[in-house]
Amino acid sequence: MNSSAELTNNGGAKPKALPLFSVSSSGFADKLFQKLTALFAFLILFLAVLTAFTLWQASAPTIQKMGWGFLTSTDWDPVQGIFGSVPFVFGTIISSFLALLIATPFGLGISLFLTELAPMKFRDPVAFLVEILAAIPSVVYGLWGIFLLAPFMRVYVDPLLIKAGGTLVGLLTGITLIFVSSALLGKFVKGIYGTALSLVIGLIGGILVGTMKMPFFQGPSTGLSLFTAGVILSIMILPTITAISREVFEAVPNSYRESAKALGATSWETILLAVVKPSRVGLLGAIMLALGRALGETMAVTMVIGNTPQVSANLLAPAHSMASVIANEFSEATSDLHIAALAEIGFLLMVITLVLNVVAHLLVWATATKFQK
Amino acid sequence: MVFLCGAAAFIAMIPLVSLLVYVLLQGFRRLDWAFFTHLPTPVGVDGGGMGNAILGTLTLMAIASLVGLPIGILAGIYLSEFGKKNKFAWTVRFTSDVLSGVPSIVTGIVAYTLVVKPMHNFSAIAGGIALGFMMIPIVTRTTEELVKMVPHSIREASWALGIPQWKTILSIVIRTAKNGILTGVLLSVARIAGETAPLLFTAFNNQFWPKGINEPTASLTVQVFTYAISPFKDWQDEAWSGALVLLMLVLSINLAAKLFFKNPRSLLR
Repeated sequence: MNSSAELTNNGGAKPKALPLFSVSSSGFADKLFQKLTALFAFLILFLAVLTAFTLWQASAPTIQKMGWGFLTSTDWDPVQGIFGSVPFVFGTIISSFLALLIATPFGLGISLFLTELAPMKFRDPVAFLVEILAAIPSVVYGLWGIFLLAPFMRVYVDPLLIKAGGTLVGLLTGITLIFVSSALLGKFVKGIYGTALSLVIGLIGGILVGTMKMPFFQGPSTGLSLFTAGVILSIMILPTITAISREVFEAVPNSYRESAKALGATSWETILLAVVKPSRVGLLGAIMLALGRALGETMAVTMVIGNTPQVSANLLAPAHSMASVIANEFSEATSDLHIAALAEIGFLLMVITLVLNVVAHLLVWATATKFQK
Repeated sequence: MVFLCGAAAFIAMIPLVSLLVYVLLQGFRRLDWAFFTHLPTPVGVDGGGMGNAILGTLTLMAIASLVGLPIGILAGIYLSEFGKKNKFAWTVRFTSDVLSGVPSIVTGIVAYTLVVKPMHNFSAIAGGIALGFMMIPIVTRTTEELVKMVPHSIREASWALGIPQWKTILSIVIRTAKNGILTGVLLSVARIAGETAPLLFTAFNNQFWPKGINEPTASLTVQVFTYAISPFKDWQDEAWSGALVLLMLVLSINLAAKLFFKNPRSLLR
């Protein structure tokens, strides 16, 4: 109302621009509506605080009894009332790390395929299939894991790893060394000599590691193991990595690609220099978000990890994870202390995923806004 | 390079195809009409189904929606309409993103401590609340994104007609973004329909038809889990059928959402 009056009073003068969010006549109802929706938004903050506070409260008995020992003890004996979280933290972290190791190359490969390489007609179907992969409930993955993946691992994969696991680790180390050394030495030793030098370093390192005695793959295997858990987790986090890294790649402006091409880069160089390099922070965020998912995944893991609280370098041995011990023991816990110990494991799990998620979201946001400027 | 990336995509499809084919093959063997309408039978007794578990899952979804949708949708509206550039909205947005990363089993412990413990029994209410908590962040962010996509000119046109802002939002902006919001709702419902972990010690399990929402309630997911880890062949077979029904439920909700969301712009008529 006010601004329209000004319009007529000013006569020939330039009219003032109307404010984008105009103040309407029924100010009170608007204020009320805004306050009401703000209240619901506030509930989200409340929910977050409530979650943290409830878990802290619920785990108070073990925090008092075990203190910091909870974080360093490997014993888990509900009957004696001794609780230590190490075997579960170990299982969760190693299985999630294995999952990342397997899923990251695949996820990045698929999203590069989808954004840069694949013919248009392939892109939508493949993206759709990856989305289906994300929608499958984890208990169904677990069912498939028990009856198909675990036997498959026991009969085909595990014996192979027991026989040739050292060679495999050596091969991987060698390849990694070649890339790392060529990246580090590239500045000092140019051209063919640099390539030769990094090849030699990779070869020697690979053979050294490959011939060492490895404790990682030792039989006999039942198929229910830390390694199987890592494999099933890698399948489950693949859609997360693919979807987010795809988003990051698509945020890279086309002018980057065009400039690289104009400078004579091959399509492989274009991808590496103009697409992957500028988005690496976002990719790190994608990987961390996937890691967050893997850490909290419960059902599929508990169905294939073997549920044995132990710390062993042997990846083919059964293990346990933070989420799976809660799933297994919470409803059957006999003492209050046992429940509190499980709640404290939940609290730990929440703290770990929270830190990861905060950092990951900040990273993804940082890259997304970088290209908008 | 194209070959390597294509191979990655191809290899990633193998587990998916194997899983889908197996669930279909194994699931159909035990699937009949009784599976949807009958109670589970003890080991060794033929027949029986997961009727109570299917009903339980639907009940839990309904309670979760009652808890999660109002908070999620209204908070989403706040973020998109009033939260363009203020600290509070930024904090809410960030908290909501972080909350969506909290493991579902942790949400289960929270619901156990807040609901099951004071009420002294497992119940569908507790399970529904746990699932509802999980829905809130998802619904909030999808609602915000979708409502934001409504062009500003539509709001201006409404204000120019003298319609107050709250009415503009409720009857014009929301109505324009209706299909989009519905898509977000469907996706979040599909996600919680497949959840098992938070139900293990909130809704628990039940072998009989539920008499109300204040007692232990079976759900498809928990039932599939229980049967899958059992040593009995006929229970394991039923687990596959349960998985098939669950998968159909989740995928059809997802597909429905996809149909609504075919082209985001076309939603805004």
